[in-house]
Amino acid sequence: MKRNFSILIVLTVLIVLFSGLTAGAQEYRIGISQFVEHPALDNARNGFIEGLAEEGFSEEDIEFIEQNAQADFATAQSIAQQFKNGDIDLVLAITTQNAQAAVNVIANIPVLFTAVTDPVEAGIVNSMENPGGNVTGTTDMNPVSRQIELIKEFLPEITDLGVLYNPGEVNSVVQVDLVKEVTAEMGIKLHEATVSNSSEVSLAASSLVGDVDAVYVPTDNIIVSALPSVLNITNQNNIPVFASENGQVRQGAIATLGIDYTLLGIQTGKMAARVLNGANPAEMPVESSDELKLYLNKKAAENLGLEIPAAVSNRADVIYEEITQE
Amino acid sequence: MNLSFAITSLEQGLAFGIMALGVFISFRILNFADLTVDGSLPLGAAVSARLLTMGMNPFYSLGAAVIAGGFAGAITGFLNTKLKIAPLLSGILTMTSLYSINLRVMGRPNIPLIGKETIFTFIRDLGVPYPWNNLLLLIIVITAVKLILDAFLNTQIGFALRATGDNPQMIRSMGISTNSMKMLGLIISNALVALSGALVGQYQGFADVNMGVGTIIAGLASVIIGEVVIGEKSIMIATIGVIIGSILYRFSISIALNLGLAASDLKLLTALLVIIFLSTPRIKKALR
Repeated sequence: MKRNFSILIVLTVLIVLFSGLTAGAQEYRIGISQFVEHPALDNARNGFIEGLAEEGFSEEDIEFIEQNAQADFATAQSIAQQFKNGDIDLVLAITTQNAQAAVNVIANIPVLFTAVTDPVEAGIVNSMENPGGNVTGTTDMNPVSRQIELIKEFLPEITDLGVLYNPGEVNSVVQVDLVKEVTAEMGIKLHEATVSNSSEVSLAASSLVGDVDAVYVPTDNIIVSALPSVLNITNQNNIPVFASENGQVRQGAIATLGIDYTLLGIQTGKMAARVLNGANPAEMPVESSDELKLYLNKKAAENLGLEIPAAVSNRADVIYEEITQE
Repeated sequence: MNLSFAITSLEQGLAFGIMALGVFISFRILNFADLTVDGSLPLGAAVSARLLTMGMNPFYSLGAAVIAGGFAGAITGFLNTKLKIAPLLSGILTMTSLYSINLRVMGRPNIPLIGKETIFTFIRDLGVPYPWNNLLLLIIVITAVKLILDAFLNTQIGFALRATGDNPQMIRSMGISTNSMKMLGLIISNALVALSGALVGQYQGFADVNMGVGTIIAGLASVIIGEVVIGEKSIMIATIGVIIGSILYRFSISIALNLGLAASDLKLLTALLVIIFLSTPRIKKALR
């Protein structure tokens, strides 16, 4: 028993030591809870801080306590609990799982979420217009139908579209359901290829070869992280890949009409500023990105010998001349 | 540091402690490294969550989760004892197929339980305020599980089960089939893991098909921390050790979170804290 006791003492000392360091002098404390490291999610987080600053809440006024669950569900829960009792004025939950954990645990502090595709389906808010409770935020729902229309602009004769996703990711399933609706209306046959981890991505992409005229990639965490292995297969077989957000276009997908996670974060930050100024989250409708941008990768189209319709290149907001991996 | 941080770690330690007891049975008693648990934990959560949304009493849904987990264990047992597939691969195959099965069970990758009646809200509505409702319930469940498990392991069948891992030859010479003992152990083990999954799902407010990732790691860490810190002189002590080990493991994560260092270093810090736990007794001995 003696040794157990001494371990406890060591731990207690550690906790007390370090918890003393966290108290800051700023006026507000905001807890940011992120589920995984991921370029789009990091952009949303940085945008959030930027949005608050634009509304006059600079980093001198606010102490940010940033936590990342590193894809562990129990840790997401612990983070929510830590924020609940951490003398915090507002919580930002990034991704569906973190928002669910935060909403389940925190009832006394305003919670804002971002990068949640369908907050009603996820049980986070009662409705998009009247969230209720202490929760509101922004959805990263893609303009899926407009993205598919964009594919049709490139390939007017398209009959078969492939889609790659992880059926275990709730955000992807929501998007693919939409793709199914849209393609059915347009008379395009949809071919699904699913994965459950990044090592299966090449195989899944290969399974589409020969059946499809183009491939659509939703904002699926696994597919997005393994996009180079998708492009490796599709480029060899001359199949264009259309994306759902700009990071994929920069990496070599042809084009997308998508949201910008930094802008989405800024929008969320501005909502947070309204809450800090006294607005009631329950009455603030869930917002979606009010700014869509058309991203185009010229080099990727050139490599495939794919002609870019003049109408598309004329209204493109961002044109990448090179393929980069950043 | 505040009390609630300690309470959360304690709650998680207890909820996952039941899973760790399951891992203790397969890993220590049967000497069978069973990876099924990464699938049977979300299976328990999936079954319980799906039944809850269909209006079932949350306590009954725990029972359904236990049965489902038992089936998962039986499949691994069948693969190993009848088809003679190696233990590790048997577990991996069941775990892999459970991913699809869990998606089927839930009908989608994630079922929210926020605002639904769960075993925890039930106790709260009886007049036990948050967070004591969670703690009270988890302590009752894990104590019951532990006592039943201790009693079972001291019955004749229990002895046979323990000997199957230690000394299979002796068991065979006594005319007992080691295969049926393995089967039984895997069923009990995964039933407990699924029970833990159902509790965790109701506790965290949602079931998610990916929530099982890393379960075996947490389970093994708990079992081993328990052995080092508490010891394994008898079954009673060993099972207490597993539960304490699970709590200490969750404390390590919470402490790492509270250190307030760069968010990306969380897992490394957690590992370092566990190393401190495990090495302190040795270092102390060396200094003496």
